[in-house]
Amino acid sequence: MTGKAKTRVEMPEQPEYIRRNNFEEVALGYTEELALMEAERCIQCRRPKCVEGCPVSVDIPGFIKLITEKKWTESLEKIYETNFLPAICGRVCPQETQCEELCILNRKENAIAIGRLERYVADRYYESPESLNEKGRLLSKREKPTGKKIAVVGSGPAGLTAAATLSRMGHSVVIYESLHKPGGVLTYGIPSFRLPKEIIKREVDEIKYMGVEIKLNYVIGRIKTLEELSESYDAVFIGSGAGLPNFMGIEGESLNGVYSANEFLTRVNLMQAWDEEYDTIIRKGKNVVVVGGGNVAMDAARSALRLGADNVTVVYRRSDTELPARREEIEHAKKEGVQFRFLTNPTKIIGDYGDEKVRKYDVKSIECIEMELGEEDSSGRRRPIPIPGTEFEIEADVVIIAIGTSPNPLIFNETPDLEKTKWGTVVVNDDLKCTKENVFAGGDIVTGAATVISAMGAGKKAAESIDEYLKNK
Amino acid sequence: MSYKIVEKEEVATDTFKMVFEAPDIAAAAKAGQFLIVRIDERGERIPLTIADFSSDENTVTTVIQALGKSTKKLTKMNVGESISDIAGPLGTPADVKQLGTVVLVGGGVGIAPIYPQISAYKNAGNRVVSIIGARNKDLLFWEERVKDASDEYFVATDDGSKGHHGFVTEVLKNILDEEKEKIENKTLENPKIKRVVVIGPPILMKVATQMMNEYPDVEIIVSMNTMMVDGTGMCGGCRLIVDGKVKFSCVDGPEFDGRLVDFNTVMNRLTIYKREEIERAEKYKKECEGGVCSTLD
Repeated sequence: MTGKAKTRVEMPEQPEYIRRNNFEEVALGYTEELALMEAERCIQCRRPKCVEGCPVSVDIPGFIKLITEKKWTESLEKIYETNFLPAICGRVCPQETQCEELCILNRKENAIAIGRLERYVADRYYESPESLNEKGRLLSKREKPTGKKIAVVGSGPAGLTAAATLSRMGHSVVIYESLHKPGGVLTYGIPSFRLPKEIIKREVDEIKYMGVEIKLNYVIGRIKTLEELSESYDAVFIGSGAGLPNFMGIEGESLNGVYSANEFLTRVNLMQAWDEEYDTIIRKGKNVVVVGGGNVAMDAARSALRLGADNVTVVYRRSDTELPARREEIEHAKKEGVQFRFLTNPTKIIGDYGDEKVRKYDVKSIECIEMELGEEDSSGRRRPIPIPGTEFEIEADVVIIAIGTSPNPLIFNETPDLEKTKWGTVVVNDDLKCTKENVFAGGDIVTGAATVISAMGAGKKAAESIDEYLKNK
Repeated sequence: MSYKIVEKEEVATDTFKMVFEAPDIAAAAKAGQFLIVRIDERGERIPLTIADFSSDENTVTTVIQALGKSTKKLTKMNVGESISDIAGPLGTPADVKQLGTVVLVGGGVGIAPIYPQISAYKNAGNRVVSIIGARNKDLLFWEERVKDASDEYFVATDDGSKGHHGFVTEVLKNILDEEKEKIENKTLENPKIKRVVVIGPPILMKVATQMMNEYPDVEIIVSMNTMMVDGTGMCGGCRLIVDGKVKFSCVDGPEFDGRLVDFNTVMNRLTIYKREEIERAEKYKKECEGGVCSTLD
């Protein structure tokens, strides 16, 4: 019999001094004992607030109650009712601003660690021998086939969720993925120390087992246009995600050693350039500067540390409290030794023009200016203003720009009736339907860069809209 | 997934024509586009320009110079073997239309991507003059193919071992000067040459573009093979400065108006991994001496 914990049960982690040198997962997950202790804390609210905070409306008290009863399979099935990627969500969702923020226990003690429990239930299943037995697979249950065919563009969180939801409804689904591996940003963007590649593979495999087909190396907008897909399928869902990286437009951004976070992380994650056994090359800086303050900036900074940097500095134009990254990730980064320069903005990147034979025009340093916070801007945040005359240099041989992305333009190729906004995102109505007949969209291609779970929420909502649309057609 | 090698031929020293079976790509490919291939699970993503394609045969053709580790490894593979990935066709197709006379210039391995443009421009109703060149005759390839497809054909080698002794740009200059002269002495009323397309090493494209300053009425198009990872508009590694703005070769290009391209930045960015590439290629060569190592490790 396990006792009830008085406060939130901590999850074991790799110690900072060890983990900053490897790409293994930082958070090690609960043991059965810890999971039971934490689950016992849930007071099973009759009208649970936490569910309202979940973009895919997981029955949180429901799956937690099943944990306390040690009904592991039933608990996971409960989650699977609305969420097909529990092991991923348990790791990368910002629970503290969603389900856990609304947890009633926040008033007295700490919120229930919903994400950690979700992760435990999923991991336990994936590690069990039954999960590999075809008959035992939980996601094999589907409605009877409807005969409708749906194409999904992109196998990131939005695409996978839409595909799985539609497949369970009995539709036949094909996902078109442009890269050589499925997962989208989960695969190319999020480092393995936060989300191991095997976890993505397990959840994607589960969705494939449900009957979803994934075509890799298939670039919609090039190999086939959206127009062609829309003609040959009953409906199309676009979940092509965020696209090209933004740059600051300052001097020196073309110097060797300046990376977009997208490129740096793609080399590290998708191509595994950190591993000498792989062919892709990455410049491993000694002094690395990361510009930006979001989750992507934290991922880049922590990856740079693991590649062997002596100093990694995050430069952010506002202050600590305004950092848009998850607090947990910021704390992880700080503990691992990432330094932060707040109220600081780059003004130019300075090159080293020596050693012409081998490397010329390499990054040498980055010039920054100090900022102060002025009046609130339209986003409700105080606008950073440069303080004249405060320029200073930070030594750097690698600079990573992590200031956001703009939507990928390829999807619009030769598809004139697909309307886009002035920012290049796809125009949708409340049901996530595009201006083009039988085409729906969700995730970053609609909202601009956001979170994994919001993309999943959109994938689920679009799947419901598509199902409705096909019924009425 | 896997893509089978159906044909392989050493067309010039260390330069291989490789034909892959890829029906969907073959059906969609157009002149001016490229592919990204990956040999195996540990392989890097290698951008290669499309040198030919056939939707009847379900194939795409590339010409690969065995320079780095990955290209050496790829060109060691044989007919019947397969590579794990090909993504494509990538990049915006060449802007082929009816213009009049078009001069197509291919330098070194740039001869390969110039080839599909010849028939594309011909089919669009143009008169096509082709100039191909290399450092010496052993590095030349597809002379007959290019000659047969073109209305007029020239060849140049740096060492004079074949054709004009000198650079392709010199041949180009002669052709343009000849037309200029005809207009000046009124034997020709209107200029016929409307566009020059140059594909080859960046230095060649830079020199050709500079030379074109003397012929401001003729367009100059270049194809920028910058460094790339995904090639689909995501990583931003292929960025270059065009007309003072950041552009991405994989979605905005690879073809650009040469006069707007900042070539120095491009040439510098191509050197970023030079040291590592040389080291890895040498290590690979050493490990594979005597044919000990398999391509399918």
